[in-house]
Amino acid sequence: MTAATSAPAGLLRRTFRRRQARVGAALTLLVVAVALLGPVLGPLLTGYGVDDFAGRPFRAEGLAGTDDLGRDVLTRFLAGGGPVLASAVAATAIGIVGGAVLGMLAGYSGTTGSRLDPLIMRGGDVLLSFPQLVLALLAVAVLGSSGWLLVLVIGITHIPRVARVARQATLSVAGQDYVLAARMYGMPRRRILATEVLPNITGPLMVELGLRLTYSIGYVASLSFLGLGVQPPAADWGLQINENRIALTVAPWGVLLPVLAIAVLTVGTNMVTDALAKESADTTGGVA
Amino acid sequence: MSATIECTGLRVATTGGREVLHGVDWAVAPGEILALVGESGSGKTTAALAALGHFRAGLAHTGGTVRFAGHTESHDDLLTLPVATLRGVRGRLVSYVPQDPALSLNPVLRIGTQVAEVLTAHGWDGDVTARVREALTDVGLPGDDDFLARYPHQLSGGQQQRVGIAAAFVHRPDAVVLDEPTTGLDVTTQDLVLDTVRELVTRSGTAALYITHDLAVVAGLADRVAVMQAGEVVETGPVRGILTAPEHPYTRALIAAVPDLARVPDRDPSPAGEPVLRVRGAGKRYGGRAVLDGVDLELAAGECLMLLGESGSGKTTLARGLSGLLPLDAGELSLHGEPLATPRTWAQLRSVQYVFQSPFASLNPRRTLASSLEVPLRHLTDLDAAARRDRVADMLRQVRLGESFAHRYPGGLSGGERQRAAIARALVTAPDVLVCDEVTSALDVSVQASIVELLATVRRELGTAMLFVTHNIALAREVADRIAVLQHGRIVEQGTVEQVLADPRHDYTRELLAHTPSMTTPR
Amino acid sequence: MSPLARMILRRLAVSVLILVVVSVLIFAATLLLPGDPARAILGQQATPERVAALSEQLGLDRPAPERYLSWLGGVLTGDLGYSAATQGPVTELLGGRIGASALLLVLTALVSTPVALALGARAAVRRGTRTDSAVSGTSLVLAALPEFVIGVLLVVLFATSVLRILPSVTIARPGEPVWARPEQLVLPVLTLALVVIPYVVRMMRATLSETLDAGYVEMARLKGLPERTVLLRHAVPHTIGPVAQVIALQLAWLAGGVVVVEFLFRYPGIGQALIDAVANRDVQVVQAITLIIAAFYVLVNLAADVAGILADPRIRHSSTGGGS
Repeated sequence: MTAATSAPAGLLRRTFRRRQARVGAALTLLVVAVALLGPVLGPLLTGYGVDDFAGRPFRAEGLAGTDDLGRDVLTRFLAGGGPVLASAVAATAIGIVGGAVLGMLAGYSGTTGSRLDPLIMRGGDVLLSFPQLVLALLAVAVLGSSGWLLVLVIGITHIPRVARVARQATLSVAGQDYVLAARMYGMPRRRILATEVLPNITGPLMVELGLRLTYSIGYVASLSFLGLGVQPPAADWGLQINENRIALTVAPWGVLLPVLAIAVLTVGTNMVTDALAKESADTTGGVA
Repeated sequence: MSATIECTGLRVATTGGREVLHGVDWAVAPGEILALVGESGSGKTTAALAALGHFRAGLAHTGGTVRFAGHTESHDDLLTLPVATLRGVRGRLVSYVPQDPALSLNPVLRIGTQVAEVLTAHGWDGDVTARVREALTDVGLPGDDDFLARYPHQLSGGQQQRVGIAAAFVHRPDAVVLDEPTTGLDVTTQDLVLDTVRELVTRSGTAALYITHDLAVVAGLADRVAVMQAGEVVETGPVRGILTAPEHPYTRALIAAVPDLARVPDRDPSPAGEPVLRVRGAGKRYGGRAVLDGVDLELAAGECLMLLGESGSGKTTLARGLSGLLPLDAGELSLHGEPLATPRTWAQLRSVQYVFQSPFASLNPRRTLASSLEVPLRHLTDLDAAARRDRVADMLRQVRLGESFAHRYPGGLSGGERQRAAIARALVTAPDVLVCDEVTSALDVSVQASIVELLATVRRELGTAMLFVTHNIALAREVADRIAVLQHGRIVEQGTVEQVLADPRHDYTRELLAHTPSMTTPR
Repeated sequence: MSPLARMILRRLAVSVLILVVVSVLIFAATLLLPGDPARAILGQQATPERVAALSEQLGLDRPAPERYLSWLGGVLTGDLGYSAATQGPVTELLGGRIGASALLLVLTALVSTPVALALGARAAVRRGTRTDSAVSGTSLVLAALPEFVIGVLLVVLFATSVLRILPSVTIARPGEPVWARPEQLVLPVLTLALVVIPYVVRMMRATLSETLDAGYVEMARLKGLPERTVLLRHAVPHTIGPVAQVIALQLAWLAGGVVVVEFLFRYPGIGQALIDAVANRDVQVVQAITLIIAAFYVLVNLAADVAGILADPRIRHSSTGGGS
């Protein structure tokens, strides 16, 4: 039995005692730093602006060569991390908040036998019948490609997945006597969910947060890679891969730089998430 | 007579390096039952599993030997045997009866297969099926084809446990380890299982090591006792000697803590006051089954009524119905003569309070004790923040927890401390009635005694009427003034403790009394 | 009716219901189209006559529920609508592509399932050893990578920069079946396999680990059963239900992954058709493909759940039972 102190802080502290989590965090921070500082550093480092013509298209010489329109690859790489990160974070936030609220409502009403639970979960099943990317493509086909739409669609498709986890966690907590006691003392449902349930399911929710962030990065980058996300001439990692992949043999950096950045980022977030999951499982196993 | 199996200087440590057994010695002779007694965390299961050369994940053997001398073969030390040889010992020479048959029987395999595989794995020469039938019949189960073809979920808990015992005895081992095999069984079934074990051991001359926390069971079953505390055997000897003249202080404390019907504590009889809580014709159905069926009950001011029933009798449903945790389908409830409203008023919620069985589940792990205790005050009273704080501090003192506990989380507390906090939370609104649902059954026996004592003090100091719900009739004299016996959702007997114990009217009560083990009748 | 049959029928009914709602959702997408749907479907180059004809055919003057029913009727009788890009029926466009995508899916499942189950089982049996950490670590990294990242890295490794032994894109001429040149299948299949293997490995490891910790496995060892019997008789049967679910999940996952991978390798399947259709805003093609993928997803999950139900004797024999 581990002494459970204040919930999320304790879990994070124990997670980062694992080397895997520290390595993952370092990888993540490295890419985040590139994405945040890159737009400023790029022109200083290379002498080119994001849209400047730097030479013959697909030239291999120079730090990383030029792209399909003869723009400097390194400059555009340094400037292109922002859109991926911002969209991924926003989509994750929508998914986690929406999923946690609906999952908790479903799980809690499940223990009281209300109709809300099957309603929420069956609704989720419908969304779960589409691969996330395919649903995003359907939305783009109908409504056209725009940044906020993709963020919204990816976020919404996260919701039923997060809700399933939140519901399961809530069910196991809501069956505990302390929740029954709170109900006996006349505590209103909103307060029970906020003070009795939520603090006890932060472990699984934080794991979901990490997982959804990893997937969001993948989906956002994939859609840009398919040419259906961020539109030219913006600098964006996914788009950059799409623009330069025909010249992979002659000027590989235009593809490799963004591919490696996305790889390092998702591997980093996934390593932290996995460590969190192990720690969270150990803790709940220990208390129960 | 020389020992069949003898454990000497056994040391076991966690893989993290913390030693959990500090040199444990025990020995069992043929036909003898040695009870290894201890509370949770004493290391009794670890010490017993060494007889099979088995250590659970995270534990490693660091010293000591287990010598085995059976009818047909001997081994100087089971713990140093090669894996293949040890495998040949397990199930054939030394066998194991697990604590929870529901977890230890494989749900996807038939009963016959699970018993027979012990024989086939060790090359039994003879008719395997015939021997399986015989072993099942020996433990009082049918050995026919229909039974062999059943799956575990088609058996009752008692039957599952007998299958476990049959599998342990099927290869006629020289020694058997029984790990609290009656946990979760009602007293009648427990008694039958214990008789079976005793009979098998005597008849086959098997050496039996019986792990238990229940000294009353030990008294009726074992020949010798080894008492374990914190990874050490503190006292060993014949059962009569240990129970009547214990030498070690821990043994003495343990024996004193065991509730026993034969012991009459001196306690002031409570005054029979006006009825506080009254229920007429309480009924509750789940699906088509009546869980409660026309229950009438009255609780007088300041008295303690024991509501006695086995699992499935409907006692928790009744207790929760009375507390307003669960709506009843039928019945009239009144408090101080006034009918109880649905939903109850604040004042009514305040007046009837409920303490849950497990203190590990009834306190929110993310709230400090002070915060948990404040919840009922915040929602059921008009006290301001300062007054609530004072009341919480008061209450913690009353349950002997002191103010230093106010800002601690349940995770860092022992089971006893948690249960005190849970009782404090129930008492914080100064209720007239306290419903205690099996509040001691999740606790070790020594902690159980201190909680019973606390409840008695509370009753004396605050005059709260109490409904003490339990399956353990042995607690009657220690806690209650009156007893109501619940069976299949009906009250079958009601009366003062003395009346019911001395002259039980109903067959069921008589059966319960007959099967409840007592320490005063050691073998 | 036996409880088993009732349970399977109920599960079947749920799937049908979900499919109906899914089809409503996909149909509703056309209602969201801005402007004149017939014009949006046919594209800007279509003649006004064609637009008017389609308007009539779609019955745009009729209420939406009625249009939904006739659309659904069309889908059920094999009429998937009209493609603006090819100016022809959707069925014609998708005909050969469904087979090509199915080939990719089946090959990937055949390659990845045995590999992943074996690796996951090995990691579970050898928990805490170096084998386990190597398997778990590799799956952790691979599971994090989006499909196109794995694909691009494989292309760099095997087709362009490091080794040049495999084609980096599909080289079959239009009309030629994709299996005519097997070497062009290697990289797409390998990419998809590397995408799904880590999930199956982790799931298998978790399921088997949990089973190996169960009381009945400890009991089986304490009975002195040989380790082989302990594993094969006592542990493995419990993984059938979960493993069936994992395999289904993997196929469902592939149905999504196939889109990106086909685009990356210019593979003539429905995934690439979907991307093209989205880029051209060829709405009826998008609807048809989304519906096909969703239906596949639902059916595969149904199959997994039924396998899970059949594998559990507690459900199979619940009619005869007393007990708990």
